[in-house]
Amino acid sequence: MRHIISILLENQPGALSRVVGLFSQRNYNIESLTVAPTDDHTLSRLTITTIGDDRKIEQITKHLNKLIDVVKLVDLTEGAHIERELMLIKVKATGVQRDEIKRTADIFRGQIVDVTNAIYCIQLVGTSEKLDGFLAAISGTTVLEVARTGVSGISRGEKVLSA
Amino acid sequence: MELLSGGEMLMRALHDEGVDMIYGYPGGAVLHIYDALFKQDKVEHILVRHEQAATHAADGYARATGKPGVVLVTSGPGATNAITGIATAFMDSIPMVVISGQVHSSLIGSDGFQETDMVGISRPIVKHSFMVQNPEDIPMIVKKAFYIATTGRPGPVVIDIPKDATDPAKKYKYHYPESVKLRSYSVPGKGHTGQIKKAVEILLAAKRPIIYTGGGVVQGNGSDLLRELARLLNYPVTNTLMGLGAYPATDRQFLGMLGMHGTYEANMAMHFSDVVLGIGARFDDRVTNNISKFCPGAKILHVDIDPAAISKTVSADVPIVGSVTSVLEEMLELIKQSDSRVDTQSLDLWWQQIEGWRAKDCLKVTPADNDVIKPQQVIQCLYEITNGDAYVSSDVGQHQMFAAQYYKFDEPRRWINSGGLGTMGFGFPAAMGVQLAFPDAVSVCVTGEGSFQMNLQELATCMQYRLPVKIVCLNNEALGMVKQWQDMQYGGRYSHSTYSESLPDFVKLAEAYGHVGVRITKLSDLKEKMTEAFALKDRLVFIDVLVDPMEHVYPMAIAGGAMKDMYLSKTERT
Ligand SMILES: Cc1cc2nc3c(=O)[nH]c(=O)nc-3n(C[C@H](O)[C@H](O)[C@H](O)COP(=O)(O)OP(=O)(O)OC[C@H]3O[C@@H](n4cnc5c(N)ncnc54)[C@H](O)[C@@H]3O)c2cc1C
Ligand SMILES: Cc1ncc(C[n+]2csc(CCOP(=O)(O)OP(=O)(O)O)c2C)c(N)n1
Ligand SMILES: [Mg+2]
Repeated sequence: MRHIISILLENQPGALSRVVGLFSQRNYNIESLTVAPTDDHTLSRLTITTIGDDRKIEQITKHLNKLIDVVKLVDLTEGAHIERELMLIKVKATGVQRDEIKRTADIFRGQIVDVTNAIYCIQLVGTSEKLDGFLAAISGTTVLEVARTGVSGISRGEKVLSA
Repeated sequence: MELLSGGEMLMRALHDEGVDMIYGYPGGAVLHIYDALFKQDKVEHILVRHEQAATHAADGYARATGKPGVVLVTSGPGATNAITGIATAFMDSIPMVVISGQVHSSLIGSDGFQETDMVGISRPIVKHSFMVQNPEDIPMIVKKAFYIATTGRPGPVVIDIPKDATDPAKKYKYHYPESVKLRSYSVPGKGHTGQIKKAVEILLAAKRPIIYTGGGVVQGNGSDLLRELARLLNYPVTNTLMGLGAYPATDRQFLGMLGMHGTYEANMAMHFSDVVLGIGARFDDRVTNNISKFCPGAKILHVDIDPAAISKTVSADVPIVGSVTSVLEEMLELIKQSDSRVDTQSLDLWWQQIEGWRAKDCLKVTPADNDVIKPQQVIQCLYEITNGDAYVSSDVGQHQMFAAQYYKFDEPRRWINSGGLGTMGFGFPAAMGVQLAFPDAVSVCVTGEGSFQMNLQELATCMQYRLPVKIVCLNNEALGMVKQWQDMQYGGRYSHSTYSESLPDFVKLAEAYGHVGVRITKLSDLKEKMTEAFALKDRLVFIDVLVDPMEHVYPMAIAGGAMKDMYLSKTERT
C-alpha cells in the first residue's frame, strides 16, 4: 500500500541525506519526496510517499524515528488527510489540439501559466491520482516537459504535527 | 571564564566527560589537537600502528569496561582506515566516539589534500555524526556525542573537525555543559506496565519455556537480574554469541549458546518451546535459521530498548520496549506478587526432555590418536589454566566458534568478539584495549593465523606500552571457516582458502617485535607449554598451536531448516 509519511526534521546540514540514505540503505523505496523549511526556521518538513506492506511501513517509521535529526513524524495515510501535488507541464499546442488541451485543462481546473504560439505551460494542483489522470487525458498530445513537486500533505481536523 | 583554543577545548571536554584514555594516530588535520594533547596530562593517548586497530582497541575497552571507547584519527586515509572498526562497533551496538580531523573548512568540497567526506562515508554505520561548524560548539557537541553514544541502544558517533576549528591562535570561552537535552532524541526507560503484566502471565503459564538473551543484557548490565529471574523460575537459559557470560555457563540451567553453531540442547529447546522470552537479543539470522520454521509452537515475548529491533525478523506476541534492567526489575516484582505459580509438573517434564538432549553431549571432543592437537582441546586447556577467569577476545572464524563453545564464561564482559560484522583482525587490538583497561587482568586473544595477519602490526604497540597480551593462535594453516564451507558445500574445492606454504614463522615474528613466541605441535606438550607461556606475566607471548587442519565446527545449522535441523558431526545430522 502507498503511504504518505510527513516528518519534522531538524533544519541541519546533512539531515536530509540521513533520511534519504536510510531508504537506500535498507532497501525501502521512495516514490516522491518534498522538503522545505516550516514557519519555525529550525525545522524542515519533509513528506515522503513510499510503498510497502504494514510490516515494512512499521520498520520504516521506526527507523526514521531513530534518526537523531527526526523530531516527529506521522503516517498521514493512517487517518483522514489532505494530499496535494503541483505539476507544471509543457505541451505542444498547435492546430486543433490547442483548443482541446485548453478544454481538458479547464476540466481538471488547471491554469495555463505560460503561452507561446506553439506551446502551453499548464499548472495543475491535486492528488497524484488527479495529475496522473490529466496526463492520461492528454495522451494524444506531445508532452515536452513535466515537472512534479511530489506529494505534500496534512491531516484533517484538530490533529497537528508539531515539535 | 577561561579562554581555550578549539583543540584545547576538545581535550578539556574529553576530560570533563570522564575520558581517561583515547586511541589514535596523528596526521596533518589533527596536528593542532595533538599539540593540545601534548600539553595536558589528564587524558592518556595510546598510539596504535593502524587506525583500524585504534577503533578495535577502543571497542575492546568499551566492551570490557562498559565505558565508551574514544578514537582520534586524521582526515582522509586516517578516517577511512577507521571505517571497519566503526562498522564493527555499530553492528554490535558498542558505545564509541570517533573524532576525525577534516581539512580546513575553506577547502571542504575542493578535493583538498587528504579530504574525504567522513560524515558521508560513515553515515550508514553510525548512530549519529557531527561536523563542527563553529569552534565554540565543540564542548556541546562532545557532550551530545557521548550522550547519544552511551544511551538507549548504544553505538558509534563521529565528530568531524575541520583543521581551522582547532587553530591554537583562536581562543574561545570554555564551558562544559552539565547536561544535554535533544528534542528529537528520547531514551526509552521503563517498559509498558500492561505489556509486562501480559508477558509475566504468559511466562508463568508456560509449559516449555526458554529464556533467550543476547548482547543487550551484557551491554545493559542486566546480568544479575537475569540470574535472579532464571533462578526464581527455574527456567532454562540460552545466550547468543554476543550474550555469553550474562548467565553463568557453568550453571545447570544454562544450555549453552544457541544458533548456527549453538548446542544441540539449546537449539532443540528453542524449537520445541511454547514460550520464548527474548531479552536484549535481535533474532539474528545466525540464530533463527529459516524464519518461517522458527519456533513453530512458541509465543514470543521480546524485550528490547530499540523499537526497531522488535518484530524486525520474528513477530513478537508481546513486544516490550524498555531497558533490560527496568523491565527485569518490574517482571521480578510482578512475579513475586502474582497469584499464579510456575507449572512445576510441566516444567519437570520439560527439564527431563532437555536433559535427554543434553545427554547427547554434542560438544564431546574425540582426541586424535597421533598426538595431533584438536582445536577444541586448546580452548579447554586455556579455560583450565586461566581458571575460567580471563578476558577472552577473539577474531573471526572456526577458532572464534571453538572459543565460544568451550570457554565457559561465568561473568559478563569477559567474552569480546565481533558478532554482527564478523571482522577478522578485531581480536588482537581488542585484547590490547582490554589489557589497557585492566592492566592486572589476563587478557587473551584467541585467533587464527589468517585473522592475526590482519592486524599484526599491533605487536609494536604492545611493545611500546608493555602490554602482556597472550595470543593463542589456533593455527590450522587455512582460512578454516571458509574451508569448512567448501568441504560441506563445494565438494572440497579449496578455492583460495589455504596457504600453508607461505605462512610466517610466528615465533620469529613475535621475537622480531621483542616479544616471546612459542610453538606447540603435540598434544602431549600442550598443557605444559601453555602453562609456561601464561606464567610469563609481564610479557606478550604468541602461542602458535598447530591444530588438526581438517576439524569442523559442530553442531552446525542446516541452511534453510528450522533450529532443530543441525549437523552434529561430519557423519551425523538430526
Ligand atoms: C562466524 C560467525 C558465526 C556466528 N554464529 C553464531 C551462532 O551460532 N549463534 C549466535 O547467537 N550468533 C552467532 N553469530 C553472531 C551473529 O551474527 C549476531 O551477531 C548475534 O547473533 C547477535 O546477537 P544478539 O541477538 O545478542 O544481538 P546484539 O547484536 O548483541 O544486539 C543487542 C540487542 O540488545 C538491545 N539492547 C542493547 N542494550 C539494551 C538495553 N540496555 N536494554 C534492552 N535492550 C538492549 C539492542 O537494541 C539489540 O537489539 C556468529 C557470528 C560469526 C561471525
Ligand atoms: C575482514 C574479513 N574478511 C573476510 C572474512 C570472511 N571469513 C570469515 S572466517 C574466515 C577465515 C578465518 O581464518 P582464520 O583466522 O585462520 O580462522 P580459522 O577459521 O582458520 O580458525 C574468513 C576469510 C571476514 N570475516 N572478515
Ligand atoms: Mg586458520
